[in-house]
Amino acid sequence: MKNVDEIVERCEELYEDLEYGAVARWKEANPEGAAVGFLPTYIPREVLHAAGVLPVGILGAGDQLEIVKGDAFFQSYICHIPRSVVELGLSGKLDSLDGMIFPSTCDVIRNLSGIWKLQFPDKLSFYFDVPQNFDPEVGGAFYADTLRELLEAMCSLTGRDPKSVDLSASIHLYNENRRLIAKLKALRSEEPWRVPASELYLVLRAGMVLPIEEFSALIEDYLEAVAAREGHEVDNARVLLAGAFCEQPPLTLIRTLERSGCEVVDDDTMLVLRWLGDEVSEEGDPIEALAKAYIAYTGEASCKYVPDGEQKGIQLVRSVRKHCVEGVIFAAPSFCDPALLDRPMLQSALDAEGISYTAFNYAENTGQMQPIREQAGTFADTIKLWGGE
Amino acid sequence: MVKQKEMIADHFHHLATAKENGKKVIYTFVPGNLTELMLSFDALPLHPEINALQSGMRKLSGEYIAEAERHGHSEDVCTYVKCDIGMMLKGNIGPTGEKLPEPDLLLLSYTGCFTFMKWFELLKERYDCPVAMLHIPYQGDGEITPTMIDYIVKQLRTEIIPKFEQVTGQEFDIDRLRELMGNSARAEEDLVWVLESAKNKPSPIDAYFGGVYYIGPLFTAFRGTEAALEYYRMLREEVEGRLTAGQGPITPEGLLDNERFRLVVEGPPNWTHFREFWKMFHDEGAVVVASTYTKVGGTYDRGFRHDPSRPLESLAEYCMGCYTNLNLPSRVDMIAKYIEDYDADGFLINSIKSCNSFSAGQLVMLREIEERTGRAGGFIETDLVDPRYFSASNVKNRLESYFQMLAQKRGEKQAEMVTS
Ligand code: SF4
Ligand code: SF4
Repeated sequence: MKNVDEIVERCEELYEDLEYGAVARWKEANPEGAAVGFLPTYIPREVLHAAGVLPVGILGAGDQLEIVKGDAFFQSYICHIPRSVVELGLSGKLDSLDGMIFPSTCDVIRNLSGIWKLQFPDKLSFYFDVPQNFDPEVGGAFYADTLRELLEAMCSLTGRDPKSVDLSASIHLYNENRRLIAKLKALRSEEPWRVPASELYLVLRAGMVLPIEEFSALIEDYLEAVAAREGHEVDNARVLLAGAFCEQPPLTLIRTLERSGCEVVDDDTMLVLRWLGDEVSEEGDPIEALAKAYIAYTGEASCKYVPDGEQKGIQLVRSVRKHCVEGVIFAAPSFCDPALLDRPMLQSALDAEGISYTAFNYAENTGQMQPIREQAGTFADTIKLWGGE
Repeated sequence: MVKQKEMIADHFHHLATAKENGKKVIYTFVPGNLTELMLSFDALPLHPEINALQSGMRKLSGEYIAEAERHGHSEDVCTYVKCDIGMMLKGNIGPTGEKLPEPDLLLLSYTGCFTFMKWFELLKERYDCPVAMLHIPYQGDGEITPTMIDYIVKQLRTEIIPKFEQVTGQEFDIDRLRELMGNSARAEEDLVWVLESAKNKPSPIDAYFGGVYYIGPLFTAFRGTEAALEYYRMLREEVEGRLTAGQGPITPEGLLDNERFRLVVEGPPNWTHFREFWKMFHDEGAVVVASTYTKVGGTYDRGFRHDPSRPLESLAEYCMGCYTNLNLPSRVDMIAKYIEDYDADGFLINSIKSCNSFSAGQLVMLREIEERTGRAGGFIETDLVDPRYFSASNVKNRLESYFQMLAQKRGEKQAEMVTS
């Protein structure tokens, strides 16, 4: 059995490696394959896998990279992630990638797709438009066409021509991975001391650079290792972190929350791993199955349209209930329109249920943690003294 | 100008009395607007962005934004949204001083900006009415594909038209829609003629300040109507007259008859200090010969016309062609082409602090266009309607240095010609 510290250490190395060494190694071992980066929030990695492409999550450079060139690309009033992604690209750190996919998350990522076309004309830059119409015949049909275009673009990099059965096999692997992540998150919620939030974050981040088979094996190892962990319940405040669906909070921020007495039992980081709340069918036409799963998924994200006002915030409230959350921490990247425009609506939904919350903004490279430590500490104390509702 | 004022006052009066007259009111956005379709159902469109800009011009936006921020809205987000929400919180009094009607339908035509989606989710919280969502795919690869058209047409058939029918109680009349679209196409000819008159020297129009003030706006709410046809015919005649007389554009400071610099401008204007901003150009003899902001409601000068023979497909193409729905390389191409076609001395980017849709990527555009055209670009930063972000002295300084640079460049060119 592998030791927890070793597993976490490996994940932290992967997290800190802004040269994406794991990707380069994978390419060496798979000379016929290609590696394609994707930005938050969601892309169907199954399609890439079937085409022989390694999907690589490019979630920004956190607080580890000095921005030299990226600032000349974006004004000060634009969030941080696009500038660190540009910095990674211009400094050659993404050279092992054969292309990039820009999901339709927001105007900034949308425009970044155009910047990529201008700056890296020789690399594939794919804008992945997802439907905001959830009628299977309308949005579903559009999405299925988009998936076919994506598959074609990916196959153009590898020369593969996967059959339906290959795509279904890829879906199977990702279904398995979703099950493992659900198990891991359930354990985190039930016995937080076994799976600290910062560890969970690092384990999941490894999934941004590892092939799915290896990532699933890593989760299994981790689950096995933490089952043997000795420890006990700590009387921390159970909180949910909302708003970090795109630009990621620095690891130090998650650790700061832990040290301030907050047990982050749910969050919306790395949504790509669990966007499809349900299993994707492994029977029938796999493209249709992926489209159906996307359309049927009723979850919320700031980049997804919620057609019914009555529904806004409902998923957040459900998650609060499911994980016995005592308070919500709204943590959004500065200048992030989707998260910040959503915030008052989500807060109203919490108000209606009498659930307490606090809010602050961050940037992926926020270094000064003292104010956050104080705010989170006070919030945790308040919850413990007077309860979350 | 008189005709324009009459039309606008009339429109707001119709809105204010809509409920008494049994008219249905649809809130919707300028980019990708479905004006002809709404008018074919005899519904009245109301545009929250236009209310916001009007509030900006009337110096009310600061107060509205503060009100929205008091209600929990972040300082960092689009100020159009906050201005609209603030106006609503303070009683929804429209630009003419009359109370605006509540919507019977929120038509979320989601073109070229994600914020629209949030904006209507926020409005939906306050108004008890249905929302019809039209998702317009982005031209990520710089082209419109049959899949994209098909997706929009299906949405029009299954989502938009049925909701219009339900709200207005009227059946969809495709012939009426065709008729209105035919009118639009005719008015579009005159509109394009007016915009292209700026290719002359001196230009008889200002295609940015004048463009947003009296050339473009009527197109949104009135396109398809007889009144719009007449307005654009009159406007064309007036511009023809100025052209024959060799006159420059009319500005609030009077006739600009000393055209010194010809510019292309990218980005929305600032509304809170609109006149002061325009004067800074006027004082330097700078005329804007083409602008991108006047294309958010349609890119007619690139050849698009509403086509009554294939109405729904044509509406789909219209929505996808709006400027904000073009990808960054297409925006660069468009500006570079304007610079050539209109023989501009340079181009200026007005970067809006709170508008990611326009602003993210503008620094890259600046460099690309400079490289491609060899003409100098200027960069200023303001906001649409938040008066806190308009620093008159800063903008003036930057503009003055920019104009000085253009003058020097021109001087150098002339000097080169003399010595060679
Ligand atoms: S952090 Fe927000 S604004 Fe920035 S790219 Fe991500 S979703 Fe867009
Ligand atoms: S972000 Fe820009 S384009 Fe979008 S609604 Fe605001 S001002 Fe308009």
